[in-house]
Amino acid sequence: MHRRTLIALLAGSAMGGVARLAADQPAEIRISAKKFEFTPNKVVAKRGQPLVLVLTSEDRIHGFKMPDFAIRTDIVPGQQTRVNLVPDKAGSFAFFCDVFCGDGHEDMDGTLVVEA
Amino acid sequence: MQDADRRDFLRLAGLAGVAFTAGLFPDRKAAAQGSDFHFVQFSDTHWGYSGPANPDAEHTLEKAVATVNGLANKPDFIVFTGDLTHTTDDPKVRRERMKRFREIVSALNVKDVRFMPGEHDASLDKGEAYKEFFGATNYTFDHKGVHFIVLDNVSDPAAKLGDEQLAWLAADLKQRKPDDRIVVLTHRPLFDLKPDWDWTTADGAKAIDLLMPYQNVVVLYGHIHQENHHMTGHIAHHAAKSLIFPLPAPGSQPKRTPLPYDAAMPGLGTRDVTVAQKVTLVELPVTKG
Repeated sequence: MHRRTLIALLAGSAMGGVARLAADQPAEIRISAKKFEFTPNKVVAKRGQPLVLVLTSEDRIHGFKMPDFAIRTDIVPGQQTRVNLVPDKAGSFAFFCDVFCGDGHEDMDGTLVVEA
Repeated sequence: MQDADRRDFLRLAGLAGVAFTAGLFPDRKAAAQGSDFHFVQFSDTHWGYSGPANPDAEHTLEKAVATVNGLANKPDFIVFTGDLTHTTDDPKVRRERMKRFREIVSALNVKDVRFMPGEHDASLDKGEAYKEFFGATNYTFDHKGVHFIVLDNVSDPAAKLGDEQLAWLAADLKQRKPDDRIVVLTHRPLFDLKPDWDWTTADGAKAIDLLMPYQNVVVLYGHIHQENHHMTGHIAHHAAKSLIFPLPAPGSQPKRTPLPYDAAMPGLGTRDVTVAQKVTLVELPVTKG
């Protein structure tokens, strides 16, 4: 093997490794909660792409529930709540507050859109 | 009660509407434990609500009270399955709404009235104001051989019954015989009716597991502002209409937003419940203007 070819292969391997590493890195998605909305209330992800939902609250305890992925947690003011998720199916999936927070609680929801 | 007898009973009771006969209390021996009777279920009155979903909100409850007072055959008692008042962040206004609600329903000509909270009454203060006006949020009572269990799945804002209440339920059920007739009254569905609309109780499956060994159990609830009939095994669950605005059938539209107002109020009403060897439900529309 020529020395120049070997260097190219090594470089390619290293670059490929970096690319794969990037693909495997969870994407962080920050979602803020306050009465009676999530911001953002629409999140787009790729099927199979690991995610970390970083949830915070601006006012009081809220809930975060996404039944299609069996996710539920409290969101406590002053804390970051991190939720790991690998969406394994495409489609639109509802999330919502499940800790009653007042007149408007029923409207506090959002959508995770998972692209194929 | 035979079918012909039931028709006579409904006629004598002066009840309009379509009777829904639930396949409940299947153990006929249990029917011998007590005499037949009927009661009325009110649900989701949301006193204090103001908005386009019901421009008549200030009068709907009074009309329903007049309708029930006009029944030819007075019910033995009346139950309110939660959301007596519409929620407010202001504790003073919450108490004012409860006070006014209590005044309005005091016009009922049946004085045995049983209350329980909905999340609008109790979730923001863990039931503190509710208890001041209406007492305990979970309790039992017996009527003519039927055991009633009132469960609170709303004072915890995360819609849990909680371990303490589940232990209380288990202890109560231990005193029952397998064929006793049991009616559970609660606000939210105990089963997963529509999880992505939050039409569930977080630990409701534990309550259903506790009830499952008993042969004659029916659950009456509210919360979803419409009739709904569902079986978990041999246990039937019946949701009642509200007296403020109807909500869409589970999954029938993208969001659980109220249905448009209809001045004829076809989606609102109370319900007469006849308890015999079967449970018969008759929907009572809001008719008294």
